[in-house]
This record gives sequence, structure tokens and C-alpha cells, in this order.
Amino acid sequence: MSSHNEHKTMTLTLIVWRQKNATAQGKFDTYTAKGITEHHSFLEMLDVVNEDLIKGGKEPIMFDHDCREGICGMCSQVVNGVPHGGQERTTVCQLHMRKFKDGDTIYIEPWRARAFPIVRDLIVDRSALDTIIQAGGYTSCHTGGVPDGNAILVSKPDADYAMDAAECIGCGACAAACPNSAAMLFTSAKVAQLAALPQGKPEAAVRVKKMLDAHKECGFGNCSNHYECQAACPKGINVKFIAKLNREYLKAHLG
Amino acid sequence: MILDGKCPTGPIEKTWDKHRFDLKLVNPANKRKYNIIVVGTGLAGGAAAASLGELGYNVQAFCYQDTPRRAHSIAAQGGINAAKAYPNDGDSIYRLFYDTIKGGDFRAREADVWRLAQVSNNIIDQCVAQGVPFARDYAGYLDNRSFGGAQVSRTFFARGQTGQQLLLGAYSALSRQIAAGTVKMYNRREMLDLVVVDGVAKGITCRNLITGELESYAADAVCLCTGGYVNVFYLSTNAMGCSVTANWKAYKKGAYFANPCYTQIHPTCIPQAGDYQSKLTLMSESLRNDGRCWVPKNKADLAKHPDEIPEEARDYYLERKYPSFGNLAPRDIASRAAKEQCDDGRGVGPGGRGVYLDFSTAIKRVGADTIKERYGNLFEMYEKITDENGYKRPMRMYPAPHYSMGGLWVDYNLQSNIPGLFVLGEANFSVHGANRLGASALMQGLADGYFVIPYTIGGYLAGIKPGTVTTADPEFKKSTNEVKAYSQKLLSINGKKTVSEFMRELGGLMWENCGMARTESSLKDNLKKIPALREEFWKNVKVSGTGGELNQDLENAGRTADFLEFGELMCRDALHRKESCGGHFREEYQDQGEAERDDVNFCYVGAWEFKGEKAEPELHKEPLKFDNVHLAVRSYK
Ligand SMILES: Cc1cc2nc3c(=O)[nH]c(=O)nc-3n(C[C@H](O)[C@H](O)[C@H](O)COP(=O)(O)OP(=O)(O)OC[C@H]3O[C@@H](n4cnc5c(N)ncnc54)[C@H](O)[C@@H]3O)c2cc1C
Ligand code: SF4
Ligand code: FES
Repeated sequence: MSSHNEHKTMTLTLIVWRQKNATAQGKFDTYTAKGITEHHSFLEMLDVVNEDLIKGGKEPIMFDHDCREGICGMCSQVVNGVPHGGQERTTVCQLHMRKFKDGDTIYIEPWRARAFPIVRDLIVDRSALDTIIQAGGYTSCHTGGVPDGNAILVSKPDADYAMDAAECIGCGACAAACPNSAAMLFTSAKVAQLAALPQGKPEAAVRVKKMLDAHKECGFGNCSNHYECQAACPKGINVKFIAKLNREYLKAHLG
Repeated sequence: MILDGKCPTGPIEKTWDKHRFDLKLVNPANKRKYNIIVVGTGLAGGAAAASLGELGYNVQAFCYQDTPRRAHSIAAQGGINAAKAYPNDGDSIYRLFYDTIKGGDFRAREADVWRLAQVSNNIIDQCVAQGVPFARDYAGYLDNRSFGGAQVSRTFFARGQTGQQLLLGAYSALSRQIAAGTVKMYNRREMLDLVVVDGVAKGITCRNLITGELESYAADAVCLCTGGYVNVFYLSTNAMGCSVTANWKAYKKGAYFANPCYTQIHPTCIPQAGDYQSKLTLMSESLRNDGRCWVPKNKADLAKHPDEIPEEARDYYLERKYPSFGNLAPRDIASRAAKEQCDDGRGVGPGGRGVYLDFSTAIKRVGADTIKERYGNLFEMYEKITDENGYKRPMRMYPAPHYSMGGLWVDYNLQSNIPGLFVLGEANFSVHGANRLGASALMQGLADGYFVIPYTIGGYLAGIKPGTVTTADPEFKKSTNEVKAYSQKLLSINGKKTVSEFMRELGGLMWENCGMARTESSLKDNLKKIPALREEFWKNVKVSGTGGELNQDLENAGRTADFLEFGELMCRDALHRKESCGGHFREEYQDQGEAERDDVNFCYVGAWEFKGEKAEPELHKEPLKFDNVHLAVRSYK
């Protein structure tokens, strides 16, 4: 434990996107964050800045967050040009200030993608991701009337593969990182999870078509294999699932 | 008043089947005429909304996040219990029932717990059908682990993200119903009032968190599935937005609040690093399957690197005190034991607030790879927060507020004392008594949502005419006006202290005086300090912005104002309960550190009724009877 650092604090310059509401013009404003230690999380650093702003009679910086432990997918900030800040497999709420140095200047922006309109400051509207799931990201089983859990055997590799895909937290960083603003990594993760499991197979063909249609209708772009999504994904969702989606799509059309 | 839980009688094994048969049914053709409001779309609310929509009811569902997939249930790590008995190790519905009653320190209703154990098996089947990728063994069968002080392996899990996978399962079922048009989903809405017409719950008032507008919604029944209240401690493992607000507004409209003093302090959380800290992070209890808790025997060793402290100088205090359960002792017991070591001056890390959780024995036994496969994501999370490697150096842990066993009072049908108001999941008080066992909250949320409410709400709706009240009813206008005036008041104070300064202060009072250990004097102290703090809040809080826009400061102010009232009720309840049971440990009532229950005087559910802002709340009692599990001292030695 680095108790010798306990008293060292940092001062940082923040350049933050401020936008009053969906229709207002946005702009960058500059703030100073003082008294930050290496143990502060990135959002706790913003809390400190906001406390000062509120006390000074100014409007705090609004940002989405909830669990602050990297699982709910609510936090969504582009830090120095990179969604979630660029630490491998880390959401911005889990990013810690030990990754920064005293005197650093940090740019903070909302997700930028056509399908994610800005709501206020760093908050965007990601309901398009719900729309994609609503198009077919489920098995159509009824509550009750399903077989015993062990009546459906799933090989361990298949279960592990499905779980790898299922870890997606629906944050939308993949679309924010993509030059085409495609949410293909997100969409493929659900398609691949359900296609790998016996329970998901009966509807696999319909599912992939409907989800891709919804993806397009929501205004996401096409995937052209840049793989920026995988680099930005805080859960390490692999682009192999996009390949799987493409195979499923082909199968659906051939079948 | 003596409350009646309306539990079915007769042999316990038959109670739920018999009750289901006795409940009236709503004719399938009539279901769509009934509107149901579901507030909260975590495991309980998501499962309820999806199942009720599928049955044909018209459902309106609400959550404060931008999508139902982010409810706090997502954060649950360890697993979900069921009495499948797949490992052939002696489990049964009866044993799960028995363990839950005993684990709850005999402060829960037998019939409710029986039902929970009975439907637990359906939950697993349901989730598997949805495509929840539970862990499997090499033959393709569902894998189990033992968890949270259970002597059988009945916990199903999906890596360290069980809550996430279960919630995504419920979310997918909900999404299917949204697409089918049976559920209308309202995201980014905060319920700020319950609307009661002629004594019956008929709707809610919400704030649209994007526009700030107040909106009215009417229905034939309202289900609150709004989660727990341990953010009253400010620092807890709950998500930042978790609050008592929905429950508290219902309480102020007449719903009884049961056992508010029963809160669970989880033994294995990452210790606090500084005062700026906004929340505490849980490390799943499953870690105690392989991790051993210890502190140095001698204070002189505290400053040493743990590797330099030899085996014989370590105090594996759980193994010492509870030889048969060892590191797997239930949460309340493990938390108190950790506190005891730290209070004895043998805690490790900053401020002496920590104990070691050591994996070296397990790594020697099964290898680092196996440990990584079991808990890899937890070690990763620990390292991100602390910058320490848990494989190489024992983790440091300290207890943190985690779960609320108390909640709104409900009868066997999950209906509160207000007709038409149902309460599900962590928001109700029903099955965990004074202490919840690990992996049983997920089970309860999904049991309530998938398999209980679809039956019991029918029994209520079959007896009323649909659509008798609309938002044109004057009660809606009245409620909206009250909420508006309340927000205006918060915005107009323009004092000197921020909302989080107040919340931190309240949290400190609750943790010190109504936390892991409580005394008559600490509670009386709080009953003076909290009203004073509340008074200061209403004179000196500074809330920025306006009501007619997205305003997170105003959201937090409202939640804090409710906690400032609720905290007092919690202390009042803790003060009146002159016994120790489960998570409620009154220092005066102990036998050498072990909780001393008083079954003669306190074997009841304590449910509080709001009597007005200036008046004291009134206590109602529901006596508890144990016909199947023998009331006994809860020993884990
Ligand atoms: C870190 C952590 C780990 C856990 N691990 C486990 C585990 O391994 N096993 C286990 O069994 N349990 C575990 N638990 C406990 C369990 O996760 C919760 O008790 C359970 O998920 C609660 O579910 P719920 O549906 O009742 O509430 P929640 O999931 O909290 O959902 C509450 C819902 O209500 C909404 N809401 C709240 N207030 C309002 C309002 N005023 N207006 C509108 N909407 C509102 C929210 O938006 C949300 O949708 C864990 C808990 C934590 C914190
Ligand atoms: S794939 Fe990764 S980046 Fe995209 S939504 Fe899922 S978790 Fe976020
Ligand atoms: S706040 Fe939940 S993932 Fe960041």
C-alpha cells in the first residue's frame, strides 16, 4: 500500500463539454481540479469539482453514473479522446487518478455518435441500444412451463463462450469509438451469446435479421473492421463475435 | 394493533399450492382491462413487469436509470440459491427453508420462506430457458458451489456476475414484452409520491428526470420494486442512486414500514481509502470459500508486510471462534468478528480498519490458475481500486453496509396494508428476518417477480372493477402540487452546505450509532442529532439549478431529505428492539459477544405507521409463530 503518497495531491486542468440540453449549442469550458489524490476515482475527482461549482453558485457538470464499480454500464465519458479513458478493460468509473500526473490537462466529452443524442453535458440518450434488444435479443420463453435446467445440457466450452459474450454491459463505448458509429460489437455480443446456446438456436435466424434491421434503423453505421470497438470495450468483448454475427446472418439468408 | 400476515394454515408443504388454488382468477379476456404500475425494474420489478405483461395485463414500468438493464441488481456477484439438490448432498426444499429461517435468526414468517424455497427451483429453470449462461461442468450440467454459510452446494452462478446475468435475463423477457406492447417502459423517471384514492393505491407521481416535468400515472394496482435503503449510511455497496424515496413516500401515505433496523453489514468489502470516497465496493462472499481471514496476533506486527508474519503469529479468528463453519460463518457473525479484531487494535491498513483475506493456502492447494478461474474478475476489480495484487499479497477487507432486510410491511400476498399497493424484492421486509443468507436476495427478487405476484395480484384484481380511477381524480393534482412545492422549497433555501455534505454527516451518524453495534445511548444520541441535522438541512442546504430541467443536484437533495427522516425511524426501531438478533446487535444484549435474542418479548415483526410530521410513529406488531422450525439459539460454533 502506498501510504507514503497519502498526502501528495494533484492539480489538474479539465476541459469539459457543457451543453444545457439536447437542442442547445454546446461548448468546452475549463475547470481546475485541486486536492486530488491517486486514490480518487475519475468520477470522485469530478465530484470534488462539482462540490466547488455548487458552492460557487454554478451548475455542476452532469454525468451518468450509478454502480461506480464497472458493471451497470451507466457511466459514459470520452476522456482525452478515448471512450472510458483508455485503460484496458476499465470503465471510466473504475479509472483511478493514479493514471494521471500532477499538472495534466484532461479533455472530457460525452459519447459522440449519431444514434446517441446528447441530453445534457456528458449525458447521452442510449435508448437505441434497448431498441436493438427489443427487436430480438431474447428467447421467447414464457414465465413458467419451461423444462428442468439440467434437461438442456450445454457443453462447458459453449457455456463459456456464451458467458464471454454475455459480459457486455451495454455502455455504448463501442459505438462511440467506431469511426462509422456502429454498435456492431454490442449487437454481435447478444447474437453470439444466444446463438451459442441450445435455448437460443430455434430463433437464431429471425433474431439476427431483426436485430441488424433495428441497428440500421437506429442510425448506427456499418462495421468496416476497424476494431476500435474492441480496444475501447471495458469488458473485453472480442471482435470474433462480429464474425460470428456475420456467419449467423449468412446462415439466416441461405437458410 | 396486531397485524395479520394472512398466511395460509395447515401443513407447511401444502400452503402455497393450496393458496394458489384458493386465489381468485381474472378471466383472460378481462386482463387487458387492468392497468398495473410497476415501479423499479431490477430483478423483482423486471421479472414482475415481464410476467404480468405476458399474462395480458396492461403494464406501465418505471426506473430512474436510462434503461432497465442497469438496476442495482446488476452488481450482485456471488450467486443464487435453489433447492435443486443436483449434487446429491442432502439438500431439499425443507433444508433451504430451514436454513433461511435459522439464518434470519427467527424473525421471518415461516409460510413466506417456505414458498420462497419451493419456487427457487423454478427460477433456475426459467433463467436457463432465457439463455442465462450459468456455469456448467464438463459434462454440460449446471455447476454449483457452496456459499454464505450453507453446508450444501446449492448456489448457481455465472462467473462473478450472477446478478448481471439474471438481470439481463429479466431485461430480455421485459424487452420482449415491451416489443409486444404489453409493457410500456418509462426510463429516467423517479417516483416521488404514491397516489391513494379513498384508502386504495391508484397511481404515482413521477419526475421526468430529463425535462423535470411532474407526471401522473393511474392504475388498478401499484407494485413497488424499488430496492433497499442502506445508502442511509452514505457509504455502502449500493449504487449511487439507490434510495428509500419510493418506500418513504408510500410510508407517508400510510404504508407500514417493517423492521427498518435490520440492515446487513457485509464482511468482505474493500476498506475506505479517504473521505472523498463515494461508495464502497463489495468483494463477493464466495471469496471466503478459498480465502482465510486473519489479523496479526500481536499489535507489534501490524506495520509488517503480511509475508513477514509467520503462521504462528497470525490469528485466523473465524476458524478459531467458529470451528465448524470457519471462514464461512454467516455475514452478521463474520462482520462483527472483523470489527471485534479491529476494535481490539489489531486491524490492518489505514486507520486499522481492515482484516486480511488470504488466498495463499488455496493457491498452494489448487493452483493460482484455478483461483483465477473462480474469482479472476474480483481480483482484477480489487487491483483496479487498491493497486494491489491479491494473488501475491492478502487482500484487505472491512465490513460495509450492503442490504436491507427491513422494508415495507406486506402480507402473504405481498400486499401492503394499503389495498392495491404491492411490494416486491428488497423493498419489502418479508423473508430474510433479521439477517439474510448469501445468494438469497436474487432468489427472492425473482421469486416475487416471476412466481408470486402473477398469482397473488390476480386475487386482488379479480375483486375490483378495472379503470375506476383516472389521472383526472383530484388526488393526482393534489399530489403533483405537493411534490412541486416540495422541490421549490428545496431549491429556494440557497444555503451554504451542499447536499453531499449533509448526506455524509447523516451517514456518519448512522454508521457510528446505528451500525454494526448499537446501544441505548448511541441510539438516543442519534434521535437528538438527526432531527437537528434535518432542521439544519432545511435551513442551510444549497441546491443548484431549477426544477424544470435535468438536475442531479435536486434529485440527490430529495433523496437526502428522505434519508434524513428515515434515519430517525431506523434508530427508533433499533432502540425499541431490546434484544440482539441477526444484523441488529445491541451491545447490552449479548452473551460473550454472541447475539442474545429475546423470544419472549420480541418474537414479532415491528411495523411502523406514520402519524404526521410532528407526531411519533405508532408501532404495530405481527407476532411470529414457529410451528416447523424449533425456536433455538442460532449457533455456528
Ligand atoms: C454489490 C452487491 C452484491 C450482491 N451480491 C448478491 C449475491 O451474490 N446474491 C444475492 O442473492 N444477492 C446479492 N446482492 C443483493 C441483491 O443484488 C439485491 O438485493 C437485489 O438485486 C435487489 O433487487 P430488487 O429488484 O429488489 O432491487 P434493485 O435491483 O435495486 O432495483 C430497484 C429498481 O427500482 C428503481 N427505483 C428505485 N427507486 C425508484 C424511484 N423512486 N422511482 C423510480 N424507480 C426507482 C431502480 O431504477 C431499479 O430499477 C448483492 C447486492 C450488492 C449491492
Ligand atoms: S460491447 Fe463493450 S463497449 Fe460495446 S456496449 Fe458492450 S461492453 Fe460497452
Ligand atoms: S457507473 Fe456503473 S459501470 Fe460505471
